[in-house]
Amino acid sequence: MTEATGGIEMEEDTSGKVKKFLYVNRKAPYGTIYALESLEVVLIAAAFDQDVSLAFLDDGVYQVVKGQHTKGIDVKNFSPTYRALEGYDIEKLYVEKESMEARGLKESDFIVPMKIIGAQEMAGLMQSQDVVLSF
Amino acid sequence: MKFGILINEGPYTHQASDTAYLFAKAAIEKGHKIHRVFFYHDGVYNSSRLTEPPQDDRHIINRWQKLAKDHHIDLVVCVAAALRRGIKDENLQEGFRISGLGQLIESGIQSDRLVTFGD
Repeated sequence: MTEATGGIEMEEDTSGKVKKFLYVNRKAPYGTIYALESLEVVLIAAAFDQDVSLAFLDDGVYQVVKGQHTKGIDVKNFSPTYRALEGYDIEKLYVEKESMEARGLKESDFIVPMKIIGAQEMAGLMQSQDVVLSF
Repeated sequence: MKFGILINEGPYTHQASDTAYLFAKAAIEKGHKIHRVFFYHDGVYNSSRLTEPPQDDRHIINRWQKLAKDHHIDLVVCVAAALRRGIKDENLQEGFRISGLGQLIESGIQSDRLVTFGD
């Protein structure tokens, strides 16, 4: 891959700067690639030692539901990756209560322990972040 | 203010790249700085050198290329997303570069605001 920056001056070093990153996941895990590519960002971002949180809203709550079987659609099952997040020090995982309940889900349906918060609290969480990436 | 931009949708099908471009142009006109545009998901198609829209339509790819050249904007295409979709150095438009997702995170750290365009 080309490393040339085309005359653009090199940016300053980012080491030591810690910002609050929130990844907002709103889409079902399969059917579109958003969930998988969001997870890829989260894993890369872990190397930057930032303050990371993940939020699951709307159909995004299905991303963290356990017991996914993807053989029938011939797509890689990336569910186990959510269990690996702890190893990357990513432990702040939130599910929006309203989205969960609207889909008939409960806390015990999730693949990893999730913090269940209401829409109001979710808004506060978003407000408190430096960078919000929505996929 | 220093802005970073993230584009998650391909050209023409979706308005995301158009809106991002108009946003970037307006921001620059107001005296702000766009330091990087990061192309992710189908957004990587915004960098294809093979794009040939009809004569009377806007050329989304070349428009980014020119804006970047005029204002020293770093146009970065995600390598994983690009390879998955057949975008490589061979068909990458001049002015764009292929690099890793770390460039997106770095943009989030370095800019005052990181603005996402997509669904």
